[in-house]
Amino acid sequence: MADTDMSVATDTQVSPLVCRAATAVVYAFLLAVFLLGVGEFSPWVILGIAAVHAYAFIAYKYWSGLERTGTGDLVVAAVSAVFVIAALINWGSFSAYAWETFFGMAVVQGGILCVVQYWKTLRQAPPSAWFGLIVVMVYALLAILAPIVAPFGETSIVGSQYELWGAACTKVELCPPEAGAKQMILGTDHLGRDMLSRLIYGARNTIGLAFLTTILAFSLGGVMGLLAASLGGWVDNLTSRVVDILMAIPSLVFSLLILTVVGTSYVSIVLVIAVLDSTRVYRLARAVAMNIVVMDYVEVAKLRGEGLWYIIRHELLPNAMPPLVAEFGLRFCFVFLFISALSFLGLGLQPPTADWGSMVKENATLITFEDVTPLVPAGAIALLTVGVNFVVDWFLHKTSGLKS
Amino acid sequence: MSDTTEKAPPQKGDVLLEMRGLRIEGRADEVWFEIVHGVDVTLKRGEVLGLIGESGAGKSTIGIAAMGFARDGCRISDGEILFEGQDLRKTPESELRKLRGNRISYVAQSAAASFNPAHKLIDQYCEAPTQHNVLSRSDAERDAVSLFRRLQLPDPENIVFRYPHQVSGGQLQRAMTAMAMSCRPDLIIFDEPTTALDVTTQIEVLAAIKDAVKQFNTAAIYITHDLAVVAQMADRIMVLRYGDLVEEGVTGPMVAEPQEDYTRDLLAVRTFSVEERARPESKPIVEVRNVTAQYRGAPTPVLHNVDFKIHKKRTVAVVGESGSGKSTTARVITGLLPPLEGEVLYDGQALPKDFRQRNKDQLRKLQMIYQMADVAVNPKQRIRDIIGRPLSFYLGLSGKKKEERIRELLSLIELEPDMFIDRLPSELSGGQKQRICIARALAAEPEMIICDEVTSALDQLVAEGILKLLTRLQDELDLAYMFITHDLATVRAISDEVVVMLQGRVVEQGPRTEMFTPPHHEYTDLLLSSVPEMDPNWLDGLLDRREQLAKEGRMVSGAGN
Amino acid sequence: MDKILKMMSQRIGLGLITLLLVSMIIAGIVELLPGDMCQEILGQAATEETVANCRTENGLDRPFYVRYGEWLVGMVTGDMGKSLANKREIAELVGVRLGNTLFLAAYAAAISVPIALTLGILAALYRNSFYDRSVNVFTLSTISTPEFFVAYILILFLSVKAGIFPSISNIAPDHGFLDRLERSTLPAFTLTLVVVAHMMRMTRAAIINLLASPYIEMARLKGLKPGRIIVKHALPNALAPIINVVVLNLAYLIVGVVIVEVVFVYPGLGQLLVDSVSKRDFPVVQASSLLFAFTFIALNLLADILSILSNPRLLHPR
Repeated sequence: MADTDMSVATDTQVSPLVCRAATAVVYAFLLAVFLLGVGEFSPWVILGIAAVHAYAFIAYKYWSGLERTGTGDLVVAAVSAVFVIAALINWGSFSAYAWETFFGMAVVQGGILCVVQYWKTLRQAPPSAWFGLIVVMVYALLAILAPIVAPFGETSIVGSQYELWGAACTKVELCPPEAGAKQMILGTDHLGRDMLSRLIYGARNTIGLAFLTTILAFSLGGVMGLLAASLGGWVDNLTSRVVDILMAIPSLVFSLLILTVVGTSYVSIVLVIAVLDSTRVYRLARAVAMNIVVMDYVEVAKLRGEGLWYIIRHELLPNAMPPLVAEFGLRFCFVFLFISALSFLGLGLQPPTADWGSMVKENATLITFEDVTPLVPAGAIALLTVGVNFVVDWFLHKTSGLKS
Repeated sequence: MSDTTEKAPPQKGDVLLEMRGLRIEGRADEVWFEIVHGVDVTLKRGEVLGLIGESGAGKSTIGIAAMGFARDGCRISDGEILFEGQDLRKTPESELRKLRGNRISYVAQSAAASFNPAHKLIDQYCEAPTQHNVLSRSDAERDAVSLFRRLQLPDPENIVFRYPHQVSGGQLQRAMTAMAMSCRPDLIIFDEPTTALDVTTQIEVLAAIKDAVKQFNTAAIYITHDLAVVAQMADRIMVLRYGDLVEEGVTGPMVAEPQEDYTRDLLAVRTFSVEERARPESKPIVEVRNVTAQYRGAPTPVLHNVDFKIHKKRTVAVVGESGSGKSTTARVITGLLPPLEGEVLYDGQALPKDFRQRNKDQLRKLQMIYQMADVAVNPKQRIRDIIGRPLSFYLGLSGKKKEERIRELLSLIELEPDMFIDRLPSELSGGQKQRICIARALAAEPEMIICDEVTSALDQLVAEGILKLLTRLQDELDLAYMFITHDLATVRAISDEVVVMLQGRVVEQGPRTEMFTPPHHEYTDLLLSSVPEMDPNWLDGLLDRREQLAKEGRMVSGAGN
Repeated sequence: MDKILKMMSQRIGLGLITLLLVSMIIAGIVELLPGDMCQEILGQAATEETVANCRTENGLDRPFYVRYGEWLVGMVTGDMGKSLANKREIAELVGVRLGNTLFLAAYAAAISVPIALTLGILAALYRNSFYDRSVNVFTLSTISTPEFFVAYILILFLSVKAGIFPSISNIAPDHGFLDRLERSTLPAFTLTLVVVAHMMRMTRAAIINLLASPYIEMARLKGLKPGRIIVKHALPNALAPIINVVVLNLAYLIVGVVIVEVVFVYPGLGQLLVDSVSKRDFPVVQASSLLFAFTFIALNLLADILSILSNPRLLHPR
């Protein structure tokens, strides 16, 4: 993001004490989570402690390297404090999930830091973009903190089939009476599992998978596209023809065909969709890079005798960044919808994993009884993609508007 | 030059158009800011008014406002626009429509883009007369042929039935002028009608426009950045700068005795010139030997037997119109286009044909500066990195030494190091960007620099600054220049030797003084005589001379536009 | 004209080659199975004998290129082999289904194309107005929405609550045209909602791009009426991009039907494909994939050819 055209807050008003103190508190807190929360020592805990140190180091370095404002520092510190306090109040569940707490903190701090950093630009953003940003943040937090936030387990059966919204949990072993009455806010599904909990776990499964797939698709398609554009000649011809062929088969049909053969597992879903989707990334990356390659400054670099790597890294990539970032958002939506569609068809994530697409399918019959429960996971999918699209739309408008 | 007015005659001298306190705003990033700050324009019937200024002067915006029109992203915010006493700002759109194309018409800069590719010329010509109920379709068609003939378009009976893409640029520009005259308007706005054309084509279009305007006693607003062109066309000239009027006056006196410094500067641009240096005896630094080159997939070569030499500390100007192969020659020298036959020698040694086979030192010694500084610097790199890269790449400089050298180079190109070193290209003006490109070339410590139309995208005063800088650097650093240009004024200003190219061949070459004194090759003659001069009578005189020549049976023709 | 003919035959040739390669991929993909098709279907428990029987029955004992050749010839001549699941002729199975799918796609296209073009052109003409902005938000939302979400909302309101249309589109060959129309209305509406947004946004972008061109400004400065500018100057040049938009979205429709068919239990090709995938009925999956791919390639080819035909520079060469 550092390469985009967005203006940074310039009225510098450094308050090093606040940010140092905040960093120290966060550091101590995360360390405590890893040390106290986990009973016995394992490689995971050691890794976790190392991660906390790395995080604190990066946070300190990066934070002090930014052009920032005093108010910005206070906001970041305050939000971090809120997170710490919330965790201290629910110490039991937070400390049981040290990694979740760690990543949750990272997302909260990173997100707020971005908001503060790009405040001047964000302030002019339309409401739709704000809506999108908030949705994305909330989803990210839910996905990371799923086991902490969800009232019940992902697969635990808490009641009978299709219980109504707000029904009380009666299973004694799950909801002991002395802990107070616990409700199933969205009722139960076709197997008597809590809808809300599965919804929250579903966020983690579906979003995580889609995110991973998109990153893969991007690495593959982006690298190939940039290479094809800068090398030209037979490399470009060959890759472009292969991509043409792959794109000649509708992707849903193609992936159904492959999944019939290789079977539906996490790995095969991720790989198949990533490869199919990388074709579209390739097209865009190549087209964008092609427009840059013909620029005189690339010719200058070539005539200087620069190598391929330098040209891609220093001449192509920085200029191709804005459209690629926007494309990342759009591709994520596409992949996310695609995985949901596959799951809906019963060919994606397999039960008992909670997944929004299959949750719609499993509970679809409720619709005929005027029960909107199956619409909730469907709506959750729609909400996220709408949110991402709003942000991307604004980003595209912003970056293209700055050019003219 | 007899007056054969067709319209109601003796109104000449009445005020036709008057714009008072005209203010126009443009929008950027949702904020309106003023680009024209209260300009007054008065135009009498049958008068030609020249609007002149550099880019950003608001001349085009003012011209188009005379039609009560503002482009998307612009608005007329204040003032009166009185056309025959009627305020166009208060006239409803439907009434304005009846004026546009009928009483006031417009000739755009790029005829190729302004003709609709989907319709024949005749259909587009007839549209205004039939829509405004001035002429019937058949009358309009007949009229089109006679106007096309009047404007010297070849084979008018057939050319009218062609599609725009089937007609050359110069012809299209004349066809557009004809179209603007289709309703015999009282006023025509010419918006840089010859800027995109080659010099030899420009003459033909200028002559056609001048003749037609005079013929129908049409008033015109002629917009251009070229003072010499406007001197030929206009009765009166308004000089504009940054949306303000600088000076206004009758053409002859203004050109002879400008009142304002700015106008004087604009006029003086063409007088800058350096002394020609004697040809040295030493062997040439670069020698292009019998080069024939062809683009991949093209049916015929673009260069045929091109052969010339460039000596140390000298400037060789390569001139020619578009398509003459002058830029291709540069590509052959830099190794971007390996030649079919022939070779390029550097210091007597043959250079590898493909730049990828040249070593770092060969690449370093031969640098290039481009026409569009905008796309020649990476918009995402800071000045420090743009200039610093050749330093570390070729010379292995780093840290403090590199920083010092970058600052030195910035001072050399007359930019304050502290102010500019950390800027992005988007924070620079066009001329400053071109200076950065020069600094980047210098950073490599080259022996020769190829300058490919380096001044043609710049305003005249800025361009002059760049030329002066280049000559100063040449003296200080003993550089050789290959200067590619279509602008003969530039050639006259800085060259030691001239190479004239036409359709991929070298037509004539020699020292500057020799080249600028007759007798020349026929094409050189055409090229040289086509460069507009400040003298308001130059065009008429030239046309008379050419007519005389034609009578003697000597036809001169240009690059085929 | 020669140039046009040459370009068109090039495109068609390219399309045929693509189709051939695609058919190879579709046929070859089954070869990627760890064992082979018979092993896979019959499972580990099957005896050597039954597997061998199955192999001879399906011709798996012959080399791939022979089987591919036969399969391709069969596809072209309409002899597509038999389904593994119920031993029925695939051609029979697929034929009716394809008809149904095309009917649904055509129905959806008939509603969506006029709506999308009108909305798109209007949004371009009044760009940055309140109408344009709200349409932008609305279309962004529908694009981001999964088809089944739209489908279930329509079912909830139009079928369950209002009871206007049936929520299940069980169509049989003996149903009359009107009956069919009524039964497939909800799936068609769903597809329309999804596709209109895409088509509208693309139309809007194409028209805005066009309206910025100098010849439109010239037409305005000639004092032409807005209607005439649109009809005479914008439309002839907008034809190519608009045709492209429509045809590409038709291709999208053909594919988009898969999910909609499953939601509404509509007996189309998509439903068949999904069923066969879960049954691992390879020959049916291959046949229907090829049909989908064929339609997709054919429509893209059509878009290409139409845009060549509507280019004045190519129609009237120098």
